[in-house]
Amino acid sequence: MDGEARVTVVGAMSAPLGGDRIALEVTAGPGTRLRIGSAAATIALPGRSAGPAHYEIRLTVADGATLRWLPEPLISAHGSDLRMTTRVELAPTARLVLREEQILGRTGESPGHLTTRLTVHRAGRPLLDQELAYGPGAPGWDGGAVLGGHRAVGQLLVVGPSYDTSPVARPRLLGETAVLTPLTGPAALATAVAPDALQLRRALDEAAAAVG
Amino acid sequence: MLILADGRFPAGGHAHSGGAEAAVAAGRIHDAASLEAFCRGRLHTAGLTAAGLAAAAAAGLDPLALDEAADARTPAPALRATARRLGRQLMRAARATWPSPELDALAAARPRGAHQPVVLGLAARAAGLGPPDAAYAAGYEAVSGPATAAVRLLSLDPLDATAVLARLAPELDQVVARATEAARRALDQGPGALPAASAPLLDIAAEQHATWSVRLFAS
Repeated sequence: MDGEARVTVVGAMSAPLGGDRIALEVTAGPGTRLRIGSAAATIALPGRSAGPAHYEIRLTVADGATLRWLPEPLISAHGSDLRMTTRVELAPTARLVLREEQILGRTGESPGHLTTRLTVHRAGRPLLDQELAYGPGAPGWDGGAVLGGHRAVGQLLVVGPSYDTSPVARPRLLGETAVLTPLTGPAALATAVAPDALQLRRALDEAAAAVG
Repeated sequence: MLILADGRFPAGGHAHSGGAEAAVAAGRIHDAASLEAFCRGRLHTAGLTAAGLAAAAAAGLDPLALDEAADARTPAPALRATARRLGRQLMRAARATWPSPELDALAAARPRGAHQPVVLGLAARAAGLGPPDAAYAAGYEAVSGPATAAVRLLSLDPLDATAVLARLAPELDQVVARATEAARRALDQGPGALPAASAPLLDIAAEQHATWSVRLFAS
């Protein structure tokens, strides 16, 4: 995209160990266009300290600015314990594309404990607030209400002021276990669960194409 | 408290399965064990979030701010519509049972219905109950709805479904404690301090279910 600054985050986010505290802060100033990705998947691993790891992300997008936050998946390895929080503050005319993918366990492995909270405010008002919890210590996470045996889960959030209400007029089913829905406000959210990372990405790519 | 949590209170909850109908169709609920796993997941996600909103409304937080917080916690439009429909029905029953200026004010501000847990908490307040009572009513509803629906959908033995609810009772106590504690924090910090636990399959399946032309339950 013309005039878009691209940033790739390397290393620092590759392996939060038990007890680690990682914070990442990104600000897109007025009228700027910024795309942030990561070089590789983030893997939460058990550490020497018994406590959980904390990973805090804060994204601020000013008026007229666009932030595309598209990191590689977060993998919750067996025995790990990660608390991740993402807070997004959007100005009234800010645009956002945000993707989150969580893979529960490496191949053939049961996952660690993972909680992720995503809180998005637009013009100071709450737009989306979601906490997901998986693995040991999250009762019922693998039952039919939450993941139903799936090991990959993710979402794609698109916010833009050019839409009167939402970029999608009505909910749209994307295959068996993914849906794209309008939020209360100028935003749409795709929610998907899948057997693996590849099929998850496919569902979220389909959602991105549907939003345009 | 017992009147509020009673399935026979004319608030329309019996027409909803809490996602159980879609889960049965997808094969995710097929016996008592899978019903229990479903209810456990729903209790600790949607149930916790509803209990937090209800406790906060009972504690006296601004119901309109809580209604907005409920929207942000409900990304599936089918579930937002269900919550508002049930909220409107509960409002009618609650105003007849426990007349209160706070209920009147919320009904006037949200004529098409506020989110059901917010109305539930305000009704509890009007009935002279506290935040834990409101959280119990909301949390219990989160599991009793699917359990009752599963009996009808699967011809499950009602005694097995009741046993599932009894086994979840200690976890309901934990959920109520978390919700009540969060409501206390929200008095200082605002609704952002309330739980926002969500369940991806409940959201996805609710939208699928809404497209069915023939169904036994409204949600």
